[in-house]
Amino acid sequence: MHNFTPISALIGGFIIGLSVVLYFYSTGRLAGISGIFENAITSSSQKASNVLFLIGLVVAPLIIYYLILPNKPIAFEITNSYLLIIPGGFLVGFGTRLSGGCTSGHGICGIGRLSVNSMVATATFVATGMITVFILQQLEIYL
Amino acid sequence: MNDKFISLISGVIFGIGLVISGMTNPEKVIGFLSITHNWDASLIFVMGGAVVTAGPFFFLLRKKETSSLGNQINLPKKQKLDRKIVIGASLFGVGWGLVGLCPGPAISALATLDPIAFVFLISMAAGVLAKKNIVK
Repeated sequence: MHNFTPISALIGGFIIGLSVVLYFYSTGRLAGISGIFENAITSSSQKASNVLFLIGLVVAPLIIYYLILPNKPIAFEITNSYLLIIPGGFLVGFGTRLSGGCTSGHGICGIGRLSVNSMVATATFVATGMITVFILQQLEIYL
Repeated sequence: MNDKFISLISGVIFGIGLVISGMTNPEKVIGFLSITHNWDASLIFVMGGAVVTAGPFFFLLRKKETSSLGNQINLPKKQKLDRKIVIGASLFGVGWGLVGLCPGPAISALATLDPIAFVFLISMAAGVLAKKNIVK
């Protein structure tokens, strides 16, 4: 586990938790990103708020990398294979909405609310994610 | 302090948490999903940190009917675990494993202006719209 970073992971998780609390306490809505994304791209009563939340997600790395850590390159090492990107994106969009949540909606808000469904969903997507990565490693697509 | 302002600020704070935790980097997420090779358990600490922070507030606020901005609180109703939840989560996990991006980091990744991030997001939007049109 040479890349294991428990301290920054915990601090980041704590900050994400604060955002979830602020958003829920103020607006009464759960900060599930896939749901916010769906509402932002389809017609809904809170369209502007949803779009602004997503804009906040884009602004955040700019704040960190340009204002706080200007010498650190932006670390987003995304695969450059469209054969992975296009089906991957589609399955993330389709699957999260069919399931009713993603890593934030099920994994953080749902588990935080002790929802059994969200615990099952989280265990399921972690399991199929691990199986997928294992298969890609056997095919030598991932190291 | 209105709904739109709080939404923007919440998004910024959420995104800062994602960047600090390393979860905006797909390589880090793949490291977590790579259980048999150089496993990186960091993601558990991110999710755990967020759940432990938010969980007690959800408990304390569980009987509230309106938010501080006066919105009606509509929490998801308790529903039976059905096939949709499990099949949807299974498909999501496959997509997550293929690229290492879930919806939050996928949106933050637009900050790189990397065309691949836009292609991922368009594909994700197509998936959302397909679900909306195919499944009731």
